[in-house]
Amino acid sequence: MSEIVGNSRERARRSAAASSRWRLPELAFWGCAVAAIFLLPSRHLLLNEIAIVGLFAMSIDLILGYAGIVSLGHAAFFGVGAYAAGLLAKSGYVEPASGLLFAGAIAATVGFSASFLVIRGSDLTRLMVTLGVALVFVEVANRFESVTGGVDGLLGISMGPILGLFEFDFGGTTAYCYSLCVLFVMFLIARRIVNSPFGTSLRALKENRMRAGAIGIPTAKRIVAVYSISAGFAGIAGALLAQTTAFVSLEVLDFARSADGLLILVIGGSGYLYGGIIGSIAFALMRDALSTLTPAYWLFWMGAILVALVVVGRERIVDCAKALSLRVRGQPK
Amino acid sequence: MFRRHLIAGAITAAFALGGIAPAVAQDAVKVGLILPMTGPFASTGRQIEAAVRLYMAQHGTTVAGKRIELIVRDDTGTPDVTRRIAQEMIANEKVSFLAGFGLTPLALATAPLATQAKKPMIVMAAATAMITEQSPFIVRASFTLPQATVPMADWATHNGLKRVATLVSDYGPGLDAEKAFKERFARDGREVVADVRVPLRNPDFAPFLQRVADLKPDALFVFVPSGAGAQFMKQFQERGLDKTGVRLIGTGDLTDDDILNDMGEPAVGVVTTHHYSADHSSAVNKAFVKAFKAANKNARPNFMAVGGYDGMHLIYESLKATGGSTDGEKLVGAMKGMSWQSPRGPVTVEASTRELIQNIYVRKVERSDGELYNVEFATFQAVADPAKKR
Amino acid sequence: MLTIIFDGIAYGMLLFILAVGLSVTLGLMNFVNLAHGAFAMAGGYATVILMNAYGLPFLATLPFAFAFAAMIGLALERLLYRRMYRRSHLDQVLFSIGIVFMAVAATDYLMGSQQQIIHLPEWLRGRIEVAGVAIGAYRFFLVVVCGALVVALQWVLARTRFGSQLRAAVDDTRVARGLGIPTDLIFAATFATGSGLAGLGGALGAEILGLDPTFPLKFMLYFLIVVTVGGTATISGPFAAAILLGIADVAGKYYIPRLGAFVIYFFMLVVLLLRPNGLFVRSGAR
Repeated sequence: MSEIVGNSRERARRSAAASSRWRLPELAFWGCAVAAIFLLPSRHLLLNEIAIVGLFAMSIDLILGYAGIVSLGHAAFFGVGAYAAGLLAKSGYVEPASGLLFAGAIAATVGFSASFLVIRGSDLTRLMVTLGVALVFVEVANRFESVTGGVDGLLGISMGPILGLFEFDFGGTTAYCYSLCVLFVMFLIARRIVNSPFGTSLRALKENRMRAGAIGIPTAKRIVAVYSISAGFAGIAGALLAQTTAFVSLEVLDFARSADGLLILVIGGSGYLYGGIIGSIAFALMRDALSTLTPAYWLFWMGAILVALVVVGRERIVDCAKALSLRVRGQPK
Repeated sequence: MFRRHLIAGAITAAFALGGIAPAVAQDAVKVGLILPMTGPFASTGRQIEAAVRLYMAQHGTTVAGKRIELIVRDDTGTPDVTRRIAQEMIANEKVSFLAGFGLTPLALATAPLATQAKKPMIVMAAATAMITEQSPFIVRASFTLPQATVPMADWATHNGLKRVATLVSDYGPGLDAEKAFKERFARDGREVVADVRVPLRNPDFAPFLQRVADLKPDALFVFVPSGAGAQFMKQFQERGLDKTGVRLIGTGDLTDDDILNDMGEPAVGVVTTHHYSADHSSAVNKAFVKAFKAANKNARPNFMAVGGYDGMHLIYESLKATGGSTDGEKLVGAMKGMSWQSPRGPVTVEASTRELIQNIYVRKVERSDGELYNVEFATFQAVADPAKKR
Repeated sequence: MLTIIFDGIAYGMLLFILAVGLSVTLGLMNFVNLAHGAFAMAGGYATVILMNAYGLPFLATLPFAFAFAAMIGLALERLLYRRMYRRSHLDQVLFSIGIVFMAVAATDYLMGSQQQIIHLPEWLRGRIEVAGVAIGAYRFFLVVVCGALVVALQWVLARTRFGSQLRAAVDDTRVARGLGIPTDLIFAATFATGSGLAGLGGALGAEILGLDPTFPLKFMLYFLIVVTVGGTATISGPFAAAILLGIADVAGKYYIPRLGAFVIYFFMLVVLLLRPNGLFVRSGAR
């Protein structure tokens, strides 16, 4: 008992250190992801998609799980990143890794300008504002056909080898390794951010914005900052998709993508960074399995699972799904 | 791993050298059919899948000593999903043919894969002209919009329509139709008085139609994706455009056979040009329609279905021609120049463009036997895609 | 010009009838029901089936459309929704999206994926002249029916015992319950009515908006826009918002067709930036 006594600063430091320490399940998680390169050689394309969607969901987690902003329009930034990367490659600069940074920077800049719209208002208002911004983006991309290719999509992207070394292959192995590396690096950055004092102030803001303001946290600035960061993350996810599929179409900005991202995050659980990735795994596996079984009516079972998830309680099912997905990932077919 | 490959390689080599290859002769040839089966374009997917299955039921599943195996997947109409499924089908399932492709972006996203993997890619629905230019392995079993549109412009000119407005859905095929119509019509010295574009996901045509009504053109040329036609037609009538003497003309998408019969009175008398009508009077088509209805709860086949049916024909016949070889270049080579009697009439794959040369029919919606049909009354013989440079 | 405004009003009225149920569930129970469009779709399909398979006239099917959607609403409320009132908004979103997915796929399975078409009686087709302005007969009918509904709704809320109980239950559920108001019952009845209205809207809207299994997804955005712009505290808020949006949308598409799809979103953004809680907010409302 007496050991706990200490000044609050010391305690805060210790709790921050504790929450940023690496735990065994985390290491096992990334171990599995790496092992999948060797164990599931035929599913690299799906894994690549999972990693990209996971990163996208993680970007939503940054604003939802840590700052409490519900967004139904995050695909706007995903799309901006995708188009930025696609257009850069098309203009002749074909190295992917630096293209990724470029796309992330553009998306973060756009996110920065958009963030001023979400400072005010209630949950529902912000939801609709983010949604409105995304819808306007779709129309803009559709209008500027000469740049974006409109509904037909951005054709003729051909990517060079990553860092001039690794060529994209047909089976998607390079793509998956690339996306996994990016996902891991972005995860490290996100982890660093949320465990910093900045992250702590965000959480305070999520709990009670007025009180957070009262103790001297500049709430508006914090929201602008985290929103821009999150937009950058989403942009990098979009750029990954553009680079690994060598194609960009209006669907990158689609409402369905925003909704899926949010859905995935909620399935996986928000506020601990892994939610997006786990949700993405669960979602992709369910969709893949169901749509192979019944191509026309898989949506019904997907809906049933979602309803069950909420009614029965997410925690219980997620635990099962986690165990299951680990088993699926661990077993080569 | 490496050793296993070595052994497998050695065995294959042994068979090849011995010239027996029994395992290969029994091999299945896989056809990967990727279609939008859910979402707003689901009915396209359903029609094509039904026709493909019908073709296989009629013609057996063994071609040139090989078993044809069909793999159907839903791409929800999202290009990156289409592309991933195609890539997985090629890499994992080892499909020999890619087929389907309900919408233009879906086909465009997949085109580079066909080139890279040298797999024939049969486009059964998507109708933007530029698709076949994206890969030498693409062969189209449907039609292109300019192909159906240019005859309409000609027909309008011949029938004394001087001022025509166009109204198209604002996406690839719609813009293609608009451009083709305008160019042809202008060439003949006529005037397109307005070109209205309607958002693809548009719930209400009213304001766009009001615009047209205010201009009082002789006729309104319309392209909307199949499905939206019914709604459009009703609002056309509601706005009284039929009464003020504006003729409604368009491509056959407007009077899609799938839902034509339910459209009722507003559709009667509408003139369209297209490559297929379920009413086409040939023995081949009569048999096709009868079999399709029998297999699908009396649903009528539309032009999507005939695209799927002819696509399967291309796959079967090219395999026969190569003697069962699944070499992509040989297969596409065999398809070039191929001619046959389709339910839509005589068709030929033009060797230089890999598009179908086909008859385009001028049809008018009429009631026969209590049902509405697109009744053909004039024919443009052997129309090649006008959008291609030759 | 007048024709355009009239078209806009008719369109707005339709949006209002479709969205009013959502506004009620959101405002009264603070429940984000994205599955609202599914009830509208149920009503639309009820009308289509009754007309095409049983030969009922269009007008006679409308009460059935209302009743059918209301019954489904009631059943779902008792079985599932009731458990969701206290959950977080995110859970509610997830849950109702699940319902939408199931409704879309089930409708597709039962009815097929093609557009459903209803045949209006002769007297609702074509155009009529009112004070020199040519308007569609059906749109005129819409304005009359929806207008009557709005008046009736306002009357029920403001003048009846049920209305005052409902308002009390919304303002403070706990106190209302303490006063002996059966809040549970009131919520169920309200939910059913909201769903029924959506069903009626679906039946009325099938002619103009079309009807296919993706209906709930296609129009989810429009409902949400009406409700957020109008605010959720009153009936008149969403009503005014729906009319304004209807006119803005129709006029935008008429005058600047190239940017037509923009207008409604842009309008929403502007309103929400100026009035984050909607155009019409009762002071002190939640």
